[in-house]
Amino acid sequence: MRDVAVVGFAQRQMEEFDGSPTCVELLVPIFAECYEQTGWSRKDVGFWCSGSSDYLAGRSFSFVQAIDSIGVLPPVNESHVEMDAAWALYEAWLKIQTGEVDTAVVFGFGKSSAGVLRRTLALQLDPYTMTPLWPDTVSIAALQARLGIDGGIWDERAMAEVVDRSLTDAEKNEYAVRAGGSSVEDLLARPMFADPLRKHDCAPVTDGAAALVLAAGDRARAVRERPAWITGISTFSDGLHLGTRDLTGSDSARRAAAAVDLGGVEVAELHAPFSHQELILRRELELADDVRVNPSGGPLAGNPMFTGGGIRIGEAARRVWDGTADKVLGHATSGPALQQNLLCVMAADPAEGSN
Amino acid sequence: MAKQPAAVIGVGQTHHRAKREDVSMAGLCREAMDRALEDAGMTLEEVDAIVVGKAPDLFEGVMMPELYLAEALGAAGKPLLRVHTAGSVGGSTAIVASSLVQAGVHRKVLTVAFEKQSESNAMWALSVPVPFVMPVHAGAGGYFAPHVRSYIRRSGAPTHVGAIVAAKDRTNALNNPYAHLREEKTVDQVLGSQMLWDPIRYDETCPSSDGACALVIAAEDVAKGSPDPAWIHGTVMRSEPTTAAERDQVNPQAGREAAAALWKQAGITDPLAEIDAAEIYVPFSWFEPMWLENLGFAAEGEGWKLTEAGDTAMDGRLPVNCSGGVLSSNPIGASGMLRFGEAALQVRGAAGDHQVDGVRRALGHAYGGGSQFFSMWVVGSEKPSS
Repeated sequence: MRDVAVVGFAQRQMEEFDGSPTCVELLVPIFAECYEQTGWSRKDVGFWCSGSSDYLAGRSFSFVQAIDSIGVLPPVNESHVEMDAAWALYEAWLKIQTGEVDTAVVFGFGKSSAGVLRRTLALQLDPYTMTPLWPDTVSIAALQARLGIDGGIWDERAMAEVVDRSLTDAEKNEYAVRAGGSSVEDLLARPMFADPLRKHDCAPVTDGAAALVLAAGDRARAVRERPAWITGISTFSDGLHLGTRDLTGSDSARRAAAAVDLGGVEVAELHAPFSHQELILRRELELADDVRVNPSGGPLAGNPMFTGGGIRIGEAARRVWDGTADKVLGHATSGPALQQNLLCVMAADPAEGSN
Repeated sequence: MAKQPAAVIGVGQTHHRAKREDVSMAGLCREAMDRALEDAGMTLEEVDAIVVGKAPDLFEGVMMPELYLAEALGAAGKPLLRVHTAGSVGGSTAIVASSLVQAGVHRKVLTVAFEKQSESNAMWALSVPVPFVMPVHAGAGGYFAPHVRSYIRRSGAPTHVGAIVAAKDRTNALNNPYAHLREEKTVDQVLGSQMLWDPIRYDETCPSSDGACALVIAAEDVAKGSPDPAWIHGTVMRSEPTTAAERDQVNPQAGREAAAALWKQAGITDPLAEIDAAEIYVPFSWFEPMWLENLGFAAEGEGWKLTEAGDTAMDGRLPVNCSGGVLSSNPIGASGMLRFGEAALQVRGAAGDHQVDGVRRALGHAYGGGSQFFSMWVVGSEKPSS
């Protein structure tokens, strides 16, 4: 395997983006930031890959306008996944591994506020047996949380602790759309939103976009003193149907964890859009108690659709760049109730537990 | 680091129809997948990863349908990727699946692309009004007709060349049991059909189809056990914007640059002499001569001469779309993968009644959007030397 690192990251998150669902107005300054961080121009980028959803944008081919933000004449080597940007990063990492290119920019974008997000996401379900009932995302997550509580696997207090820590950390994140810790008691005293979920247990509806820069070998070393070398990357999927899987666990997260070396991870940015899902992930990934989880505030502080997973990888990579950690984990999820999971392990030493 | 060798060892497709009401989306995909797996002598359990491709989700009315399809496609417990790059997606999806093998990550990858247009309404899906964006309203034919007119004006091509392409592809489809439209057509019949978007006549347009295509792509050690692997000699993707004053939509720069990069990768210096069969994405007849030029098979303005001389017929110098092509079957998301898969069938000698003799290297080509997204590959009967 080639040594490939995350060397650039830029993001925007907001409650309501006053612009087009293709987010070109956000992407242009984001790419400018990536060029500033790397000292590159467009010509230095060997491959572009984006992640987004037509249904979120309310139209077909939403990514077509988005790539205008690259300035694609002369033409570019480019692809798109109908997934979170984290999987666009995976495709770009593959492209670099084939030896065809040495560098890539991946990005994601989405304007969740353009519709009623939890209703839009009901269209991800089985169109014959589930969607006609319109079970929304929050309700499905509430069912999952209830199963864990009733099974004695977690409790509302543990969920509130996740929220309190996340919103306290979010105070230091300029992009957070929800921030401000209080206390577990105060959080537990707040009203139910979708029993047993309170509003703060659910990631806020967030608009936004983000981009990450990948580079191989010396191209990465030329950009940063401490590139975040990808030492392991793995993705797995479960089936969708809620009755065919144990919702209190995540088989796909466990499989992904088995495919990488998580030993020695100091910081983990987990893409858990609901507080109890962080508890599931911590258990499935067997993260040690001293692993710092979501120092950015995580998705409970801001979770732009189709970008949230990519942002977790970027936030984790930053901890390697600035020397606060030697080994980190970025995680992304997609689909209802943690159906798909991706793990991206990064380290200051490219030889650290490479897979 | 060099790419790991990869080969197509299984190709499967559905019987393409306007409405496949006998199957669900899952059933449609499985029909193609099961044929590809049988062809590869492999079971679904053996597959390492699944890569799904399709055009806009609004074409079926399901957001990210691969999520609900995961179990039916055998992807539960496996990596599952979903690609969407407009009309070129079938090709791009095959390329992403190839890269999983070429990167050395997996050894057995199954990729499937589909469109079940009868589940929704493609015209509606393409016509959702978008603020601040000029509506096309005319559908794909209305969008591309001016490009065709421009091509005819620039090249001086005789106006019946489009009909030659349509008659050839529709007649070729008679030799493809999976094709949607299987009807013998003469040039005169095509010329006598109704004009839809001048100069594109009814018989010169692709149908709307339900259908799927699947490929099994394997690493060298697996492919060596196959009696007839189609080795991947080169893959390429290029994109350019929809609207820019300096764009040439008749002969797009992205297509030209993609082709040049592809021929270089595959070690091809004279594509017309070295490619033995081509499956080119021709949804409207005139795109055959246009793409022949864009791909470098002919000089600019000369592509129609190959078509008119019969060089692109089954027995010509460069047989194009022996399967009947997009003009005979168009399950949009799968159409690109069908081109890639049919190219693989040709080099494997497995194309049945539409097999061209002695194909050593074949081209699979797809494009999408407003002639702005391109994906292509070259496959060969021999393992690439480099």
